[in-house]
Amino acid sequence: MAVRAKSINPVVIFGGSAALLFVALLTVGPLIALWMRADVSTRLSGSNWSAIRFTVFQATLSAIISISLAIPVARALARRQFRGRALLLTLLGAPFLLPVIVAVFGLLAVWGRSGFVSQLLIASGGERISIYGLTGVLLAHVFFNLPLVARLILQGWGQIPAEHFRLAAQLGMRPADVFRRLEWPMLRGILPGAFLLVFLLCTTSFAVALALGGGPKATTIELAIYQALRFEFDLGKAALLGLVQFSICAIVAFWSLRAAVNANFGGGLSGAVKHWDASSQVLLWQDRLVLLGVSAFLGAPLVAILIRGVPSLGNLPVTVWPAAVNSVLIALSSAALSVFLALSLAAMIDLLKSRDSRLSSTVEGFGMLTLAASPFVLGTGLFIVIHPVADPFALALPITALVNAAISLPLTLRALLPALQRQRLVYGKLADSLGMSSWVRFRVAIWPEIRRPLGFSTGLAAALSMGDLGVITLFAPPNVETLPLVMYRLMGAYRIEDAASVGLVLVSLTLTMFWIFDRGGRLGHQS
Amino acid sequence: MKRSLLTAALVTLCGAAWAEAPTLTVYTYDSFVSDWGPGPAIEAAFEESCDCDLVFVGAGDGAALLARMKLEGARTKADVVLGLDTSLIENAKATGLFAEHGIQPSGLSLPVTWDDSVFLPYDWGYFSFVYDKTRLSDAPDSFAALLESDVNIIIQDPRSSTPGLGLLLWVKAVYGSDAQTVWEALSPQIITVTKGWSEAYGMFLEGESDMVLSYTTSPAYHLIAEGDDTKAAAIFDEGHYMQIEVAAKVAGTDQEVLADAFLEFMLSETFQAILPTTNWMYPAVTPSGGLPDGFDTYSTQHALLIPAANVEAVRKEALAEWLSALSR
Repeated sequence: MAVRAKSINPVVIFGGSAALLFVALLTVGPLIALWMRADVSTRLSGSNWSAIRFTVFQATLSAIISISLAIPVARALARRQFRGRALLLTLLGAPFLLPVIVAVFGLLAVWGRSGFVSQLLIASGGERISIYGLTGVLLAHVFFNLPLVARLILQGWGQIPAEHFRLAAQLGMRPADVFRRLEWPMLRGILPGAFLLVFLLCTTSFAVALALGGGPKATTIELAIYQALRFEFDLGKAALLGLVQFSICAIVAFWSLRAAVNANFGGGLSGAVKHWDASSQVLLWQDRLVLLGVSAFLGAPLVAILIRGVPSLGNLPVTVWPAAVNSVLIALSSAALSVFLALSLAAMIDLLKSRDSRLSSTVEGFGMLTLAASPFVLGTGLFIVIHPVADPFALALPITALVNAAISLPLTLRALLPALQRQRLVYGKLADSLGMSSWVRFRVAIWPEIRRPLGFSTGLAAALSMGDLGVITLFAPPNVETLPLVMYRLMGAYRIEDAASVGLVLVSLTLTMFWIFDRGGRLGHQS
Repeated sequence: MKRSLLTAALVTLCGAAWAEAPTLTVYTYDSFVSDWGPGPAIEAAFEESCDCDLVFVGAGDGAALLARMKLEGARTKADVVLGLDTSLIENAKATGLFAEHGIQPSGLSLPVTWDDSVFLPYDWGYFSFVYDKTRLSDAPDSFAALLESDVNIIIQDPRSSTPGLGLLLWVKAVYGSDAQTVWEALSPQIITVTKGWSEAYGMFLEGESDMVLSYTTSPAYHLIAEGDDTKAAAIFDEGHYMQIEVAAKVAGTDQEVLADAFLEFMLSETFQAILPTTNWMYPAVTPSGGLPDGFDTYSTQHALLIPAANVEAVRKEALAEWLSALSR
């Protein structure tokens, strides 16, 4: 062990440290840049404090609801094989990939005051529903995050070897026992990270929270930052708010990562898992209902987006295509960079785990915190740093790719780290004792274990970058557009229907890209 | 990976270095430069006579534009900034980044007199609530009527949107110290508050509300571009708050002559005639051919406008009232 560890250490530590430095520069760097440019000291106002309270409140609630609903969905997916399962798995990726504004209109088509549900209620003599307020905010955040969490938890189920379920069946364990002995220990390892991820994603929510939140009660810190940067040009206040947001997220990150207890289920032959524990009719119908419910909840807004987008597909502006090429280019670059960063960090976190678990979760926490950095602070900070030395316009696309990579890092890290850790727990000692070279170890032990999460997370990272308006608004040179930018510009010019069509093109491209990577990772595997 | 980044950087660099003629860089808001905005037609028209390359750079909306200028400071590449409005003028002047225009504008068709030495107006509009005649038969004809009705509205957040700020100042101009009470009374009728105009208008078109805060010229878009005459602006007895969009020369410009020529061109017949059906606002100088159909329908005797010098103070007070009224 000691001999092998020595020959592997420098590369892993160097790669990991470089990735960590990069992450630190992108998260803390912009805050410092803003602070240095600010001329007056500012304090937080009363409305800032209520924004902070609301942000934490809705993010916590969103995370708890998303997770509670995702567990039965993941369990149903784990123990049932049915036609259309692969399609459902891909669709589970969809809501998360939707550009915010597209998703809002999809949700309103179903849940809005003139939406499908309201029409149905009115037709049957009832009242129309109004989701504006906390309900709307939570609805949107659960719509975005439930499927993501379900996929992450499903990965956890995949980590429990088939042999365990067989043994459980032989021992005559009831479903409750299986949950207590196998599923709960697995969940204890996965859920804290998933909670953190949703919390972070909902913290920086801004347009959704405001549009569906029904008024200034639903103000998030992100809006306050936007206001400080745009209307008041108070860089100091923006930096201060950015710091508050960052600190809250850091506390939640370290708290939740320390709460995670990784179970070691050992290895298995990775055969198909048969769930004897779930063979009763009651459980079968329970799973069917769960899957049907989640398909309808996620599918209906997607269908609405499709219906809205189709009519104007014929008169798409020509600028869509070069913008699409830009978007795809940025997405692929940022996905590659994000996965590279995640692997570097994951390798270091895994290595540290056995030596100093506190340091290890600190590094992991930092990897997650790029999501806590406000995109506005990030963009403005980078602009302040770059503008004196180089032309920001010339760097627009690379910078967008870089920032998108950093923002998707928590996702790729979340997906890859458990697989890498499991690989070491299961095969690490065997590989050491066999004296495997790094390459052989990678090919035989690591690759088969990480290829699925790798495909999934590359797809996610690429997709996230596709839909993001991000820093391109600050850096975009004349005549360089991305698809989301084209969409927003159409909306700004009254062309809501054309914008819906561009939205549909964007969603289709994104979903295809996600599908290719995700499917690529699962090819030849029993999934 | 590395290669694609490099290619992307090179492509952008080459694009920037290609032009040889003197370049006039105009910073403006996004919807001005888009293919559906006035940008492309104006660029073509100006380049016909200037022997230069006119480059429009889009930077969010009006407020983002000013923030961008402050961020770049004296090092900015901009020669002209086009797209600030009356509520931003004072703030913009304080930066010292803008130069006097030295132009005596003639034939302005604004409802107010214009005597600003730094900023020149190019178009203007009235904020108003827009509704769909097929969905709302009895639109309110005043704020008072709106408050008494059960008509619901979607508005924009004054902290992130120009029309949102416009409504804030509108209510303040009409009601003064009673503004907070009015907002409290209006609160139950507000379906939601959005980040920007696009979301609000889109939600209104989807049928989420009876009315949406927009411009009196919005129905003209639907009439002219879509042949749809179902949209109308509710004209209020108390008067309508104005937005005047302005441009100015950047003090540190190295294209002084071109920048002056552009500002002159801005008030010319050619430029002004492009605006109505691309920017969907009233031109600052009515073209000799008059305004297109749908534009002359709405005119109001009471144009409301808080003097530029007072806007900042009024905004702070009004925003605090708005927040406290709607946060209950």
